[in-house]
Amino acid sequence: MATPLVVSEVFKSFTMHLRDGIKLPVVNDVNFSVASGECVVLGGPSGIGKSSILKMLYGNYAVDAGQILVDHKDRIVDIARADPRTVLDVRRHTLGYVSQFLRTVPRVSALDVVAEPLVARGIAAPEARDKAAELLAKLNLPQELWTLPPATFSGGEQQRVNIARGFITSHRILLLDEPTASLDAINRRVVVEMIADKKREGVALLGIFHDEEVREAVADRVLDVSQFSPRKAVAA
Amino acid sequence: MTDTPLLKVSGVSKFYGSRIGCKDVSFELWPGEVLAIVGESGSGKTTLLNCLSTRLMPTAGSVEYRMRDGNFRDLYHMSEAERRFLMRTDWGFVHQNPADGLRMTVSAGANVGERLMAVGDRHYGKIRETASDWLTRVEIGTDRIDDQPRAFSGGMRQRLQIARNLVTGPRLVFMDEPTGGLDVSVQARLLDLVRGLVNDLGLSAIVVTHDLAVARLLSHRMMVMKDGHVIEHGLTDRVLDDPREPYTQLLVSSILQV
Ligand SMILES: Nc1ncnc2c1ncn2[C@@H]1O[C@H](COP(=O)(O)OP(=O)(O)OP(=O)(O)O)[C@@H](O)[C@H]1O
Ligand SMILES: Nc1ncnc2c1ncn2[C@@H]1O[C@H](COP(=O)(O)OP(=O)(O)OP(=O)(O)O)[C@@H](O)[C@H]1O
Ligand SMILES: [Mg+2]
Ligand SMILES: [Mg+2]
Repeated sequence: MATPLVVSEVFKSFTMHLRDGIKLPVVNDVNFSVASGECVVLGGPSGIGKSSILKMLYGNYAVDAGQILVDHKDRIVDIARADPRTVLDVRRHTLGYVSQFLRTVPRVSALDVVAEPLVARGIAAPEARDKAAELLAKLNLPQELWTLPPATFSGGEQQRVNIARGFITSHRILLLDEPTASLDAINRRVVVEMIADKKREGVALLGIFHDEEVREAVADRVLDVSQFSPRKAVAA
Repeated sequence: MTDTPLLKVSGVSKFYGSRIGCKDVSFELWPGEVLAIVGESGSGKTTLLNCLSTRLMPTAGSVEYRMRDGNFRDLYHMSEAERRFLMRTDWGFVHQNPADGLRMTVSAGANVGERLMAVGDRHYGKIRETASDWLTRVEIGTDRIDDQPRAFSGGMRQRLQIARNLVTGPRLVFMDEPTGGLDVSVQARLLDLVRGLVNDLGLSAIVVTHDLAVARLLSHRMMVMKDGHVIEHGLTDRVLDDPREPYTQLLVSSILQV
């Protein structure tokens, strides 16, 4: 089985220069990999560093040390060291990410927000919009909202737009940060099915799910992030 | 991904007497890439932008530009005539104050048409048609084509300036605080327009702004300047969400949310 994502000896801390330069260690020596068709769930208490790991993998947070190896267009890219242009290319073609909250852009309709990752890959706008409509329908977003910018949507509506945007491409790796947190039971089940489809397509998924039921349904294994916590190391 | 940059900047410095304008700036800009230059007032953003666009001659350093024939040319060693031609055809420059980039006493249509004539268009009907197309693209009613920009609102003037710059199909656009003097609601509209045009046309752009939200929305990559130096440089969302330098942390923390 292919392993498109390998994380090796990754360290992360924040230095708060506005707070007398205190250093806040977050994770030490993170090692794991995710195989195609597998869904790995990051577990552990609030503040332990789960989201920070996802953000480092996506190139959104810098990495102090270690490697994040991604199989991108038949070569291996180390996200920890890649230049911005390469990171953006990896995001466009290989690595998808559903953040916990949608970042809205003024004046762009929900349909176009969702279609955008396909358009960025060179797919014609009408075709991309059709696919976007299909996903929004599956996620039960009322059709009268599709042409509106999501800025005024409810939390759950925005999150469904965000999920559709993350799932529209056939990226080989998908990162999910609590995608179901603000959804009702019906839509949670839709997302569980969508994740199962991605697994069948051979996508490598790495996610954070607080909801027990969702986690049970999607996880092939749970990786406890506490084992990478420097605080644990100090206590031991 | 193309593997040749459009612009290669190395060691660009500009001194005003003994005062530093900008110091030892190096980077490459790639086709389709939007770079934001941010920093506080007086940090050297405009100085750098003007050096890159050859509106100002630097004290040291070089800037190479990939011409349409694929060859790199050193901008500071071109003849004045060559440089002017480049600025009129292959580049755009959007000023903070539209009055600096427009001719206020000729019509909106002529403001756009003028750039076309500069690249050799002579057919009046066609020029007018293209001008009218571009006014529509920047959301100015075609019934305003014969009005002078003096009669336009600030937002309309700025959109006209953008049309005037983009009509010749430039490959590189420089913008100095393009949303600077505008109301917040007018800014949003302009940003959305610029974002769409940059995407559709595959332009490269260098945008100077002190507004981090503008940088977030428009740019792929960001450079933070302080006292003439580039102190942090990286992927825009990385710099904004995980700023490393004390000054960048201060900048990011002084705004509510970007
Ligand atoms: N950009 C940042 N700057 C400074 N500190 C940060 C930043 N992002 C996260 N942290 C800190 O890093 C630690 C880990 O945060 P993270 O968001 O990764 O936790 P989490 O495991 O996802 O928690 P939760 O389950 O509550 O979402 C926290 O102490 C947090 O305050
Ligand atoms: N023509 C000039 N002669 C002397 N000093 C100058 C000149 N132009 C700029 N400077 C100085 O160079 C420094 C950088 O100025 P610059 O205009 O590049 O700043 P900026 O970052 O664009 O600021 P702002 O955000 O206020 O536009 C400042 O200290 C400024 O006073
Ligand atoms: Mg989290
Ligand atoms: Mg300036």
